[in-house]
Amino acid sequence: MGQPLLSLRGLTKAYPGVIANDDVSFEIGEGEIHALLGENGAGKSTLVKMIYGLVQPDAGEMTMRAAPFSPSEPAEARRSGVAMVFQHFSLFDALSVAENVALGMEMPPKTRDLARQIREVSEAYGLPLDPFRTVGTLSAGERQRVEIIRCLLQDPKLLIMDEPTSVLTPQEVDILFQTLRKLRSEGTSILYISHKLEEIRALCDTATILRLGKKVATCTPRDTTARELAEMMVGSSFAAPAAKATRPGEVLLEVKSLSLPAPDAFATPLRGVSLSLRAGEVLGIGGVAGNGQDELLTALSGERLAPQGTIAFKGKDVSRSGPLARRALGLLSGPEERLGHAAAPNMSLVENGVLTASRREKLVRRGFIDWPGAARFAERVIESFDVRTPSAQTAARALSGGNLQKFVIGREIMQKPEVLVVNQPTWGVDAAAAAAIRQALLDLASEGAGIVVISQDLDELMEISDRFAALNEGRLSGARPVAELDIEKIGLMMGGAHDLELVSSHA
Amino acid sequence: MDLSSISPVLLIASVMVSATPILLAAIGEMVVEKSGVLNLGVEGMMITGAVVGFAVAVNADAPVPGFMAAALASALLALVFGVLTQLFLSNQVATGLGLTLFGLGLSALIGKPYEGMKSPTLPRLDLGPLSDLPVFGRMLFSHDAMVYLSLLLVLAVWAFLKFTRAGLILRAVGESHDAAHALGYKVVRVRLVAIAFGGACAGLGGAYLSLVRVPQWTEGMTAGAGWIALAIVVFASWRAGRVAIGAYLFGGVTVLQLNLQAAGAAVPVALLSASPYLITILVLVIISARGAHGAPASLGRPFHASA
Repeated sequence: MGQPLLSLRGLTKAYPGVIANDDVSFEIGEGEIHALLGENGAGKSTLVKMIYGLVQPDAGEMTMRAAPFSPSEPAEARRSGVAMVFQHFSLFDALSVAENVALGMEMPPKTRDLARQIREVSEAYGLPLDPFRTVGTLSAGERQRVEIIRCLLQDPKLLIMDEPTSVLTPQEVDILFQTLRKLRSEGTSILYISHKLEEIRALCDTATILRLGKKVATCTPRDTTARELAEMMVGSSFAAPAAKATRPGEVLLEVKSLSLPAPDAFATPLRGVSLSLRAGEVLGIGGVAGNGQDELLTALSGERLAPQGTIAFKGKDVSRSGPLARRALGLLSGPEERLGHAAAPNMSLVENGVLTASRREKLVRRGFIDWPGAARFAERVIESFDVRTPSAQTAARALSGGNLQKFVIGREIMQKPEVLVVNQPTWGVDAAAAAAIRQALLDLASEGAGIVVISQDLDELMEISDRFAALNEGRLSGARPVAELDIEKIGLMMGGAHDLELVSSHA
Repeated sequence: MDLSSISPVLLIASVMVSATPILLAAIGEMVVEKSGVLNLGVEGMMITGAVVGFAVAVNADAPVPGFMAAALASALLALVFGVLTQLFLSNQVATGLGLTLFGLGLSALIGKPYEGMKSPTLPRLDLGPLSDLPVFGRMLFSHDAMVYLSLLLVLAVWAFLKFTRAGLILRAVGESHDAAHALGYKVVRVRLVAIAFGGACAGLGGAYLSLVRVPQWTEGMTAGAGWIALAIVVFASWRAGRVAIGAYLFGGVTVLQLNLQAAGAAVPVALLSASPYLITILVLVIISARGAHGAPASLGRPFHASA
């Protein structure tokens, strides 16, 4: 491969209480797609922040094409040819595409020239974009294009991509991979951060694996199995979720042509959604973000009331009942957003437990909260779901994303729901914790509960669902057994090709 | 009631004078809020500007040093707020309210020796043939420099936010400070500059009250003008043009109701006195009810670079 583009030697960065990176060394070659793999908290983010100049290392050095490289701010890194596509998009919703792009450039040209450049580059790489659209109205895939184009306009030598595929459909992932391969063929190196192992095996030339801030190995992902990669990442072997065979029982939840207008300008209306869920069954609902997932969850949980006669739980119409009434009956839910929706950030885990479990766990007596009982409930969740927290009295926002997610899902499961609706149950959670959450969902189903899993992670849905349906612009496709689907059919369902769906299911 | 005692020419001329202090304070606060900071201390900064401007103008026997000192003093006061909220991460609402109380108290202290004095005031600009126009000359083109400066400032702020890169960065910081930080922009620095600018504008507005509009010093003379400026920014949906409309509307109704009171209109005085507040808010609510509100997404949220 010759001389590497960027080499890192002994990079160390400590924060109070944690060593985020401990003596990390590796090299990124010219025109190479290099994967950086690790669990949440393994130090991937800190490492790329050092390369991008957002954080300065405590020790160690970097060299780019044999010249010392120590950016003190992102502008300097950009001048040296490093560009970054962020995981949580660093975009400004109220500004236009062109303005967003201009903000990421050192010397932006005039708006008209910039708009032309955006059109040219976006077409050259197969990522069409209108420079004058407001970013807030774009889909997740389009937003990512804005970020990528912002980077490409600077002609980078090294492109850093932080978990780029988590919000894309399989077809969009294909387009992205084609773009990345094209960039590689033009000599651009890419540092690709992900914990999706199959993607890394398909795309990357080399992989560096981090665990607890230390480098575990650098290997060639094509010659390594996904399981080996996962075990290097986690440090021990973990059990893949296994479903216990169950026979679907009676219908627990029945939704009949539910339509709801969009609650606000950036939301999606629900259009004639129908589904039925039996006891012991896991129904997976896929779809690209922003196609009605949140709206479906709030309609099922009771946060937004539905028109009379559209939602029935065990034969009883609950369309006009609020969340508390539905919870009392046994219809529980866990929304996507951990901080702010599923949990109150500044309240302790005990208090957050009381917020949803007060009735079913009888934590409130005559209007007074049974604090010892609430603490016991929180402790039970923490223990059963291996939530790593200093104590049950810790504020929810002090927990890492994965641990809080285990808590909020665990909190619902411990209440023994008859139907549980969850949205993105393993979003931003590391592989081991995700496996644990999925296993818990499967166990719950095997005990006779019906589960609706709304997720953008198709691998997850394929792994745990019995039947699969897709949301597209607020419409839900018919549910089909997972066994008869392949990734292409799913992609078509997600893209809204419902007629194909109908034809083949009647066949 | 004798409506013929109200002269339309004089009415419009005094509207421009009456609206200028609020317009200055509001356009400054709009820039501050566009950068994502909510400074509720406008009233305190205005009255500090009023007293400092008055004191300096009396001592120097010239109004211009008074205006300059007022802008400087209020900008310094605003920077106290900036340091507390941006560097020490104090609560913006509480600190802003504290700034108002502090400004009211400080101004009373500084202003004690100056009560009852008369200040040198700004001369009317002679705009040559424009000022000699019949009717319009008296109405629009025979004011002091600050009236025109405030209108130019509105135009400049509009152009700055819409066309310049620095304006884009300021809006970006107010929209999402985390994203702006990730791109390498200095969030705290941008906000401190905006806060100082907002303070200077409020100070100019206050000095205009004590040097031109009234022109003398009385304790508490801003009488809520700072709060009206804050409300105008919100109801104007953070747009420079609408801020100007709001300020002129408020100034206009204020002058009109005073004239009506003088003409002996058969409306309760309390209702007339309240009318500028009611009408301004009503009109701006109706304007902003159509279409997006456009509040900067990071408005009032504390920023720390640790995340």
